[in-house]
Amino acid sequence: MAVIDPVAIKKDFPIFERPVHGKRLVYLDSASSSQKPRSVIEAMNCYYETTHANVHRGVYEIAERATRRYEAARASVARFIGAASPAEVVFTKNVTEAINLVAYSWGRANLRAGDVVVLTEMEHHANLVPWLALKAERGIELRYIPVTDDGLLDLGRLDETLDGAKLLCVASVSNVLGTINPVTELAAAAHAAGALVLVDGAQQAPHMPTDVSATGCDFFGLTGHKMLGPTGIGALWARRELLEAMPPFLCGGEMIRDVRLDGFSTNDVPWKFEAGTPPIAEAVGLDAAVAYLHGLGMEAVRQHERSLTAYALAALREAHPDLVIHGHPSADRRGGVISFVYKDVHPHDLSQVLDQAGVCVRAGHHCAKPLMRRLGVGATARASFSVYNDESDVDALVAALADADQLFSL
Amino acid sequence: MPGLEDLYREIILDHYRNPRNRGELPTPPAYAETGFNPLCGDEITLYVQMEGDRVADIRLTGQGCSISQSSASMMSTAVKGKSLAEARATIRRFKSMMSIHEHRLDGDSGTSDAGFEPDEPAAEAEVSLGDLEALQGVVKFPVRIKCATLSWNTLAQALDHLEGVPAS
Ligand SMILES: Cc1ncc(COP(=O)(O)O)c(C=O)c1O
Repeated sequence: MAVIDPVAIKKDFPIFERPVHGKRLVYLDSASSSQKPRSVIEAMNCYYETTHANVHRGVYEIAERATRRYEAARASVARFIGAASPAEVVFTKNVTEAINLVAYSWGRANLRAGDVVVLTEMEHHANLVPWLALKAERGIELRYIPVTDDGLLDLGRLDETLDGAKLLCVASVSNVLGTINPVTELAAAAHAAGALVLVDGAQQAPHMPTDVSATGCDFFGLTGHKMLGPTGIGALWARRELLEAMPPFLCGGEMIRDVRLDGFSTNDVPWKFEAGTPPIAEAVGLDAAVAYLHGLGMEAVRQHERSLTAYALAALREAHPDLVIHGHPSADRRGGVISFVYKDVHPHDLSQVLDQAGVCVRAGHHCAKPLMRRLGVGATARASFSVYNDESDVDALVAALADADQLFSL
Repeated sequence: MPGLEDLYREIILDHYRNPRNRGELPTPPAYAETGFNPLCGDEITLYVQMEGDRVADIRLTGQGCSISQSSASMMSTAVKGKSLAEARATIRRFKSMMSIHEHRLDGDSGTSDAGFEPDEPAAEAEVSLGDLEALQGVVKFPVRIKCATLSWNTLAQALDHLEGVPAS
C-alpha cells in the first residue's frame, strides 16, 4: 500500500503558501471544508478557458466536450464509491440537497402519517431537519438510536427500534465525534426489518474507502467541498430502481422528456433529478478531486489519518490532562475528527486564540445540536484532519492551547 | 496575546470571570426572555423586573463565550435602575457603536447583525456607555459582533414585550 507523505502533499495545495497572522497556516478544519489541490483549481480554470458551454444542449464542438466532461465526472464519482452505474449518481449542490432530495421525493411518495423513520442522536442537522420537517408535515414518527458515553451508537435495542420502520438514516462517520459507525451491519439489520437505508457519507467519502454496493445501503450522499473538490457540488447515489420509481424533486429544464401545456414527462435517470443548468465546472473540479484521492489510495488515506488521530489523541492527553475529549478513546473507531472542551475556556474564545497562532479549528455546535445536548455541552472546539495534515500541525495545536490557558485561566 | 488585546480587554475578562447580576428572578412578576445565537449555540435568558417605568432589577443566566457573557454582564449593570427610554437609548447607543464600525470596516452586510437599525441621531451619543466602551474592539473581529449583541437583542425583545410592541 502506498504511504502518504503529507509534506509533499502540502505542496500540492496553494493555500499553504500564504501565511496567516504571519504564521504558517495550520488548517485543522477539514471536516467543515477541505482545502483544494492545484489540480482541482487548474481543472476548473482550464475548463472555463477551453471548454465551457451548456451541457446536453448544443451540437457544436465545445458544447459536446462540456457534456462529455460533465458525464465523465459522474462516471468517476460512480467508480470512486463503487456504484454499479453512473446512472445511479445524481449531482446535487451538496449533501444537504442530496438528503432533501430523498426526503422530498422518496419520502413524500412513500411515507404516511405514523410511518417510522429511524435516525441517530449523532446526526448532522442535514440528516435531521428534512425528517423533522416531514414529521411536522405528515406526522411520520421519528425514532433515534442513542449514543453511548464513549461516543458509539448504542445498538442494544436496535431490533426494537427498527421494528416496522420504513427508513434508517445514519451518518457513516460523525462530524463531531469522528465515530465510524457500523453501517454494513446496520444496513443488514434495517433490511431484515424491511427498511431502506440512507447513509450520510459526507465524512466518509473524503477519508476512507467507500463501496456503496458492499455496504448494502440504498441511498448515499456525499459533498464535494469536503473531499478536496469545489463548493456547489455534491452527489446522491441510489439504487437505480429506486431512482426510477421516485417522482422528480426540482422541476424545470433538463429533467423533462416532453412538455405540453397540460403536462410533462420526465427524463431518464439520473437527469430526471437534475433540473436546470448543473454545476458543470464544479463537476469537473470534483472529478479532479476524486482523481487526486484515488491517486493517493483511499486505504492509505485512512491509515494516514488513523495514525495522525492516534498521535493527536495521545499528544493532547499528555500535554493537557484537563482537556475533555469527546468520543471513543481509540483512533481505530474514529475518523480524523477530535472534539474537545478545554477547562472553562469557551470554544469560541479558544478558537480565536488559536487563530492568532495560525491554527484553524472550528468552534460551535457543528450543526449537531441534539448531540451537543446529549454530550451536555453548548459547544465544542473541533480539530479535524485531511491528507495534508501531519504531526507538526498537531504539535502547533498542542502548543497554542497553552496560550489560551494563559489568557483565560481563571 | 499579540493581536488580541483589542478584543480581550482586562475589563471584559473581569466581567467574564466575575459576571454581575447572574441568576434568576421569579416569573411573574419578572418577565423572562431567551435569545439564541444560532451560529454558535450560545444562549442567554434575561429576567427583567419592572417597577412602573423603571428596570428595577435584571438577572441573567445562560452560556456563551467571554464576549457574549461579558457584554451581557455589562449590559445588566448599564440598564439596571434605568427608565425604559434610557434603557432603549443605551441599546441604540451600543448597537450604533458596533454598526458605525461595521460600515467603516467594509460595508459587508454579511457581517452585519439583522437586528441593527441605521445609525441613530446624535442624541444617543450623549448616553455614556462606561465600561461598555471596552467592547468597541469587537468590531475588528466581525464574526464576534453577534456574540456581543446577543444579550442586547434579547433585552430589546424583552422591552418590546413589556411595552406591548407586537413582535416583528
Ligand atoms: C455528517 C455531515 N452531514 C452533512 C453535512 C452537510 O454538508 P453540506 O453543508 O456540504 O451539505 C456535513 C458538513 O457540514 C456533515 O459533516
